[in-house]
Amino acid sequence: MIAIVDYEIGNLAAIANMFNRLGERCEITADPKKIKNAAKIILPGNGAFDACMQGLRATGLIPLLNEKVLNEQTPLLGICVGAQMLGHGSEEGNEPGLGWMDIHVKRFPALPDLRVPHMGWCHVKKATSDHPLFEKLGEDARFYFVHSYYLATTHTEDVLLKATYGVEFAAAVGKNNIVGVQFHPEKSHRFGKQLLGQFAGELS
Amino acid sequence: MIRARVIPCLLLRGHGLVKTRKFKDPVYVGDPVNAVRIFSEKEVDELVILDIDASREGCEPNYELVAEIAGECFMPVAYGGGIQNLAQARKLIRCGIEKVVINSASIESTGFIREIADVFGSQAVVGSIDARKTLLGGHRVFVKSGTVDTKLKPEDHAASLEQAGVGEILLTSIDRDGQMQGYDIELIKKVSSKVNVPVVACGGAGTLDHMRRAMSESGASAVSAGSMFVFYGKHRAVLINYPTGRVI
Repeated sequence: MIAIVDYEIGNLAAIANMFNRLGERCEITADPKKIKNAAKIILPGNGAFDACMQGLRATGLIPLLNEKVLNEQTPLLGICVGAQMLGHGSEEGNEPGLGWMDIHVKRFPALPDLRVPHMGWCHVKKATSDHPLFEKLGEDARFYFVHSYYLATTHTEDVLLKATYGVEFAAAVGKNNIVGVQFHPEKSHRFGKQLLGQFAGELS
Repeated sequence: MIRARVIPCLLLRGHGLVKTRKFKDPVYVGDPVNAVRIFSEKEVDELVILDIDASREGCEPNYELVAEIAGECFMPVAYGGGIQNLAQARKLIRCGIEKVVINSASIESTGFIREIADVFGSQAVVGSIDARKTLLGGHRVFVKSGTVDTKLKPEDHAASLEQAGVGEILLTSIDRDGQMQGYDIELIKKVSSKVNVPVVACGGAGTLDHMRRAMSESGASAVSAGSMFVFYGKHRAVLINYPTGRVI
């Protein structure tokens, strides 16, 4: 079962909807027993960074997630702010992140004609590091982004996909069993469906 | 590469979809769930669904229908009509939509916009402005589906919506609605030069060229249209369509 961590943030129904279409078992849950038994975990996130971290902390699930992800090596996919939370923190707020990856989240620079938030469809390209999750990603793959802050890391080997909006940024980061995508696969038609299918099927 | 969003805007009345002209004479164009399913299959960039009776009649959003529609959408969906508080926004987002569209209620107060943005983020709140050209050549904001004149200037109202926390502005020209003769470039220019959030132009699109012009000449970040995506040919036969492989 794929657990979609529920801390009452964002549109979780959309993620479940995509897995249901794929015929994959998933559950939107904050129940520690269910998350403990989950084969894979989705960490969603939407809106303000601090609100997300506070919301997640309030569920009391962070120690369990640490255990699952760092010790048991359960595959985890962070989406949008869920990906930003994998790192140390964000310029958007003061809350520390989960610290699983060496990522800092930065605000898009103030450039003329660059409207923030970055909202819309964007093509991505593979970075130097390969990851099984993006193995079958087509050349034409595009995804829906909506964010004012982006994933930044000095560890180029952790960058899996790149995209450009004023600056080049990491569209996906990952390390072993942990992957984070800045875009919304659950809202990216067949491209996102393929990606979530790959997450559900291959990364076991 | 930045790909500009092209967004069908669908109008809901009761359980059916309609299309208006200058916000009047709604013509039935089909079943919303079925239409949304077709748009999803056509891989539209995004969808806006507006209940045009809700604010005027003061009724609650039809949550069941919203959930049914959202279940067909593998792209972002914005929903508007009658939204006045955080509780409604929360319920709608739980139904499976990404964004709530605020229009009429923002005239009374913008406090609830800040509340929604604080919980769900600015990207989840769209400030919608319907504007009509005045005889003297200016523009004024109208609410409740174009029936009430607020006397506000669209650019000023847009700035206060941005201040209140909306993540984008959906700007509709009432005069151009359903005309398919092109957007109100002047109106879009006024608003987009006054705010930094993306402005989505709506009202008047008949061709892809109109859309290109709205973006290159007036600073719109994205374009929306109704008639162009639900009608076909000069007799306005109902046919759901969406440009594929387009370059805007």
